[in-house]
Amino acid sequence: MSVVIAGTGMHPWGKWGRPFAEYGVAAARAALRDAGLEWTDVQFAVGADTIRNGYPGFIAGATFAQALGWTGARIASCYAACASGAQALDIARTRILAGLCDVALVVGADSTPKGFFRPVGGDRPDDPDWLRFRLLGATNPAYFALYARRRMALYGDTSQDFAAVKVKNALAGSLNENARYRRTVTAEEVLASPMVADPLRLMDICATSDGGAAVVLVSEEYARRRGLSTAVRIAAVSTVTPTFPNTVLELPCFATDSTAAAPPPERAFRASIAHAAYEEAGLGPADLSFAEVYDLSTALELDWVEDIGLAPPGEAAKLLRAGDTALGGRVPVNPSGGLASFGEAIPAQAIAQVCELTRQLRGTAGTRQVVNARAGLAANQGLFGHGSAIIAIT
Amino acid sequence: MQPSKRLCHIGSMDTPAIDGWFTVDDDTVHLIGTRCAECRTVCFPPRTGFCPNPRCPGEELVPARLSRRGTVWSYTDARYPPPAPFVAAEPYTPVTLAAVELAEEGIVVLGQVKDLTVDDLHVGMELELTAGPLADGPLVWMWGRPRGPGQTGAGAPASTGGTGGTGGTGGTGGTGGTT
Ligand SMILES: [Zn+2]
Repeated sequence: MSVVIAGTGMHPWGKWGRPFAEYGVAAARAALRDAGLEWTDVQFAVGADTIRNGYPGFIAGATFAQALGWTGARIASCYAACASGAQALDIARTRILAGLCDVALVVGADSTPKGFFRPVGGDRPDDPDWLRFRLLGATNPAYFALYARRRMALYGDTSQDFAAVKVKNALAGSLNENARYRRTVTAEEVLASPMVADPLRLMDICATSDGGAAVVLVSEEYARRRGLSTAVRIAAVSTVTPTFPNTVLELPCFATDSTAAAPPPERAFRASIAHAAYEEAGLGPADLSFAEVYDLSTALELDWVEDIGLAPPGEAAKLLRAGDTALGGRVPVNPSGGLASFGEAIPAQAIAQVCELTRQLRGTAGTRQVVNARAGLAANQGLFGHGSAIIAIT
Repeated sequence: MQPSKRLCHIGSMDTPAIDGWFTVDDDTVHLIGTRCAECRTVCFPPRTGFCPNPRCPGEELVPARLSRRGTVWSYTDARYPPPAPFVAAEPYTPVTLAAVELAEEGIVVLGQVKDLTVDDLHVGMELELTAGPLADGPLVWMWGRPRGPGQTGAGAPASTGGTGGTGGTGGTGGTGGTT
């Protein structure tokens, strides 16, 4: 038995300044239309929470369900930072696999402030996310920059390589009507943009955006009964945590785990996220037609390319330079345009990745279409160790 | 930085920005972590309760001074003033950050860097722990240029581990999630 992605919907990403629930409802209604189902058909709804939109954001499932109109459907709300959408999807999938429902709706949406993400307000000296700002001024881009500098030192990656990731993703994003940034850019523009956290420049770092995304999942049996397409199915959802000792300095931590007592695990955290998904799907990196990865920075996309096994450690830039990861290349990475073109709408982003997997696997991605797309992986990581990777197949 | 609060040396009378994470004795700064009495796993910041090693039942976490020198795992800076609760100096000068690998403890610890910019740093170079004031006064640990040759290790007799062996860029504490 497998779970079918019956429909997907998005509210375009931007800086619209509207309540997050509007984006979520728009995406949900689009996903239901796409599936050919009614809201009243939905037996289980999951909202991916947002923490910057007051109480309605903490109980996003109920907020969306109320806005769509109470139907008595069962609901859940969940938060896992950037992995919230994947967690929500996993809850819905698991409920279908358990036979507890046939039709589930997964919705995430966010409305974001300008500038750096700040910690949630108030004095909270017990919260590392508050303390890293207070004691160090360590913003999210600071951590991305540490990883980027490490790549340059270990592998010889250059600022030009990072700029090339942005150029590639901006080109793909220019072809995506849901992307916030639709303009192509040149490497010169990226390299001329202001330095934010050395070695990362403004155009290396993803923005924060408003947006909403939704998917409708159904059981295979229900799809047959209702005459829905079963073309795109979920082959795996990985939600693994790191394995002790985690030797990568993770946002928002002050230090890594210690290797004094236990050796580092066979796979570092990000690599273990993808590995678990491959195991569950019975597939490997060579089976992927394309991938959506969490390019919070240009350099981080190169980390992910290696972590999901498309290249050995240190060789992602080689793939990039050869055009392998571009649209039309051997295995396009971020054919949606990625976070570089969207900006991050946290609870919606992992769901948006699944929307792109579905469009590509259906063959309806238009000018962004990956030729003969059979399997796609979406990978992401939520703060404090929430892994998330989803493999969809056709 | 507010000149009036700028310290030419580290004084033990200055208020730490956080209790129990570092100490200053006679201008010598130590990070305070904890070491599990059972498996020797080291934690920073100091931890209470029980050992984070999932295969260790230890519940006795002993405060421990960490090595004062390590090698740069990576570094960056903040060209724009970080948001609150950080208090940015006026006029703002970029905060430099370094993640420093302590060989004996097998951990990487993040900190502000004192009196050095990203142009002075490279992955693999040695830094030594010091401290300096936040813009609004309280003291925080910082990484700085080593003060002359000599001792590494965690306070008096605890360690002779040395950090020289992990110079270069290979390090021992993981490779940036790229394996
Ligand atoms: Zn222990």
